[in-house]
Amino acid sequence: MDLAILWFVIIAVLWTGYLVLEGFDFGVGMLLSILPHGGREQKETERRVLVNTIGPVWDGNEVWLLTAGGATFAAFPEWYATMFSGFYLPLLIILVGLVARGVAFEYRGKINDPRWARRCDLAIQAGSWIPAIMWGIAFGNLVRGLLLDADFQYVGGFWALLNPFALLGGLTTLVLFLLHGSVFVALKTDGDIRQRACRLAAGLAVVALVVAGGWAIWAQVAFSVPWTWAAVAVAALALIGVVVATRARREGVAFTLSAVAIASAVVLIFGSMYPDVIPAIDGGVPLTVAEAASTPYTLTVMSWVAVVLTPLVIAYQAWTYWVFRRRLSTKDIPAPVGLSWQKIKDAAF
Amino acid sequence: MDALALARWQFAITTVYHFIFVPLTIGLAPLVAGMQTAWVVTKKERWLRLTKFFGKLLLINFALGVVTGIWQEFQFGMAWSEYSRFVGDVFGAPLAMEALAAFFVESVFLGLWIFGWDRVSKKVHLAAIWLFALATNLSAFFILAANSWMQHPVGTIYNPETGRAEMESIGAVLTNNTLWAAFPHTISAAFLTAGTFVCGIAAWWMVRLARTKKPEDAETARTVYRPAVRLGAWVMIVSGLVVIWSGDVQGKLMFQQQPGKMASAEALCEGEEAAAFSILSIGNLNEGCEGVRHILTVPYLASYLGTGHFTGEESFLPGVYDVQEDYTARFGDTTEAGEPVTYTPPLAVAYWSFRLMIGFAAFSVALALAAFWFTRKGRVSDNLWLSRLGILAIPMPFAACSFGWIFTEVGRQPWVVAPNPTGIDQVRLLTERGVSTAVPPGVILTSMIVLTVIYAVLGVIWYRLMHRYTIEGAPVAVRDESPESQDPDDADRPLSFAY
Ligand code: HDD
Ligand code: HEM
Ligand code: HEM
Repeated sequence: MDLAILWFVIIAVLWTGYLVLEGFDFGVGMLLSILPHGGREQKETERRVLVNTIGPVWDGNEVWLLTAGGATFAAFPEWYATMFSGFYLPLLIILVGLVARGVAFEYRGKINDPRWARRCDLAIQAGSWIPAIMWGIAFGNLVRGLLLDADFQYVGGFWALLNPFALLGGLTTLVLFLLHGSVFVALKTDGDIRQRACRLAAGLAVVALVVAGGWAIWAQVAFSVPWTWAAVAVAALALIGVVVATRARREGVAFTLSAVAIASAVVLIFGSMYPDVIPAIDGGVPLTVAEAASTPYTLTVMSWVAVVLTPLVIAYQAWTYWVFRRRLSTKDIPAPVGLSWQKIKDAAF
Repeated sequence: MDALALARWQFAITTVYHFIFVPLTIGLAPLVAGMQTAWVVTKKERWLRLTKFFGKLLLINFALGVVTGIWQEFQFGMAWSEYSRFVGDVFGAPLAMEALAAFFVESVFLGLWIFGWDRVSKKVHLAAIWLFALATNLSAFFILAANSWMQHPVGTIYNPETGRAEMESIGAVLTNNTLWAAFPHTISAAFLTAGTFVCGIAAWWMVRLARTKKPEDAETARTVYRPAVRLGAWVMIVSGLVVIWSGDVQGKLMFQQQPGKMASAEALCEGEEAAAFSILSIGNLNEGCEGVRHILTVPYLASYLGTGHFTGEESFLPGVYDVQEDYTARFGDTTEAGEPVTYTPPLAVAYWSFRLMIGFAAFSVALALAAFWFTRKGRVSDNLWLSRLGILAIPMPFAACSFGWIFTEVGRQPWVVAPNPTGIDQVRLLTERGVSTAVPPGVILTSMIVLTVIYAVLGVIWYRLMHRYTIEGAPVAVRDESPESQDPDDADRPLSFAY
């Protein structure tokens, strides 16, 4: 097989890994003010349950994004350069969200104060909602195509990125991640919160079916190739499966199925882009897989690296998921250990 | 300001900021791993207390290293897209390897370490922090491979059809002599930073407890903090020696590979034999090298640093004018836009950042010597000057690292990819040609303002947390939480750690 095509597939796999894994992180972050119920203390404990379901794993999930970025740089420099400079503002917004969220996860428990916790929750939520929408907008634009000049410079401007198709794409990733997150919470928690997450997931699956279905059909009709209908069908079946599985309290199955739905969306996106990495629109120039690719030598080196390391990464990452497999409930949450606000303020040597 | 100036400021600000957290993570992770090993092997509680204490500070620091790194990964494509197009074939590979080989290990095993105290056996838990520590050092290797290639592009050919640099040998890129000097230098600088951090904090605590005159405090000072003081001091001495040795190797490579950096570091106009190393100078370096008067010098040292010879023909160091003449002959006297090129970096920055890098290390040397003296033969010190010196010394190696990078990067100008004297001349890129052409200045200005403001806020929070958790000191009530020491019937106990 042509190495450039292999790398196109590998990049798609890396994005799948990223969106499936960080997808539920985003979902959990978005649910922070939706799922918890009860009085003030009860709510705070439930929020901590949510944060701790992803505590040990969120950073490892985010590295899939860094790897996708680095691999695109190495294997398709023109794509990396054109896409990232073209998407400057959307990426800035995403990255700011990821920064805020990452710091909030790590520092939330370091200060034991309700106001501090609220601020961190705000950062976690903003850092989850905004990237969840923005990724859909970015990928929607890649499916639709970008206006490039002959030097592969994006010349369409920022506002052109906010077209209806891309915006519906943003809504699609938002709903899919929200669903994926609730299924994950249902899988990883016990007690009351698990019941609520299950009910929410069943409802969200229906919404996702409508929103994502609408977007996928639009993509198919306007921009894609016939074979990706298969991905659309798989996604639809998976979403229906989520409804059935959550009703039957089979959270493991439901989680697998919502992951399949996200993976199918990636297949649809990359399938419709091929043989371009950035399709043309409005009479612009497309950037093709072949033109964007590195030399065969670089691709060969990178293939060896990927072949050796990727299975290893998947193995130990999966193993830590297994180590932290236990369901969490409010009674697992220890008393807060952070220092008081007063102490932080009074710090002096 | 134009897009170029903004992109350069943005890169400089965000990268220097990222590198505040990096050296402490790289150096402190192995030290914490060492403390935990000491606990597992000797079963002495003091090592567990130190592990938890410095481990917490490590985590507070690591969080900012991670979030500021994310932006780094993307800004090449966003703000430096023409650079990325030109070098991606070579430069992208180490970046991708860094993510696959280092960042995954780093993040996954750190998660296991933080949350795993009561989940995995003691041995596995110890292995987790060691893997984390190794991975942080490995990540430094790969990113430095990328950076060293920009300083000294090896293993690369130029393709006139595409106008891009193409990789010919990954082996050459990973065995670049520049890399094998920069890697020990950067790592040892990181250990020097962490050694100063541990020694300084522990010295402050030791003195503080020794002064309360309570017997139990004196006991803690002796058993917990004194060993940490000495550990930090040893780390400083050993890593300091490696810093000097590797810096010397780098000086000699720099002389061959980037003579302009050497000439401007010494603010030499004309080439000289037996050149002295200038410690202090007066005069306005911004006006060029003409008006500079060196008022304090060490004879022959600059020649030795660059060439390995104190005197004689072989000790000749080229000056700024020689470099300009030589590069003009090879690469022309105008840019593609028709503007004249100066092949000398900003002299003032190059000259002073080099001196400040070396100078700031003096505090660590002083602290290491003082620490050894005051804790000699089992003594515990209550000398306030030691604790003051400890606190004062902590920020100094951070500053030294920043100046080291500023020197390395600014000294490379006007190149972003400096031409390799023994390589292929076309594999070179002026910084001004690397900036994104599709991004308007206003957009870069926006991101620069947004990032600077966010980073400033995060910096304040980071500082306050580090500060306060330092004052809290090592936890008093620590217990063995490992699964093998737990009552198996008590499966319902709360998590030993949760956010
Ligand atoms: C010599 C070491 C060194 C240097 C020069 C750099 N970094 Fe760095 N970086 C690290 C050493 C490091 C580290 C020790 O591995 C970090 C710092 C603290 C940490 O949390 O991990 C890290 C974190 C870090 C992360 C987050 C990793 C994660 O999520 O776990 C990214 C994406 C980058 N870096 C990328 C970069 C890029 C693109 C750089 C080039 C401009 C760069 N770093 C300079
Ligand atoms: C982490 C430590 C680093 C620091 C503190 C640092 C610092 C700097 C500074 C201060 C500049 C601005 C120079 C100027 O404007 O005159 C710069 C430029 C640059 N550096 Fe670094 N750098 C670091 C590491 C790296 C690494 C590892 C890479 C590559 C992998 C890199 C790539 C670049 C590029 C592309 C520029 C172009 C912008 C310019 O020259 O103005 N830097 N860096
Ligand atoms: C005798 C002392 C030292 C000498 C001779 C020395 C020499 C050098 C040289 C020549 C470079 C530039 C390499 C290049 O541009 O190719 C450099 C860079 C650097 N130095 Fe030093 N240095 C010394 C001390 C220190 C200290 C104490 C620190 C920090 C604690 C430090 C941190 C750095 C860093 C972070 C860089 C940039 C990364 C690199 O290029 O390796 N140096 N040093």
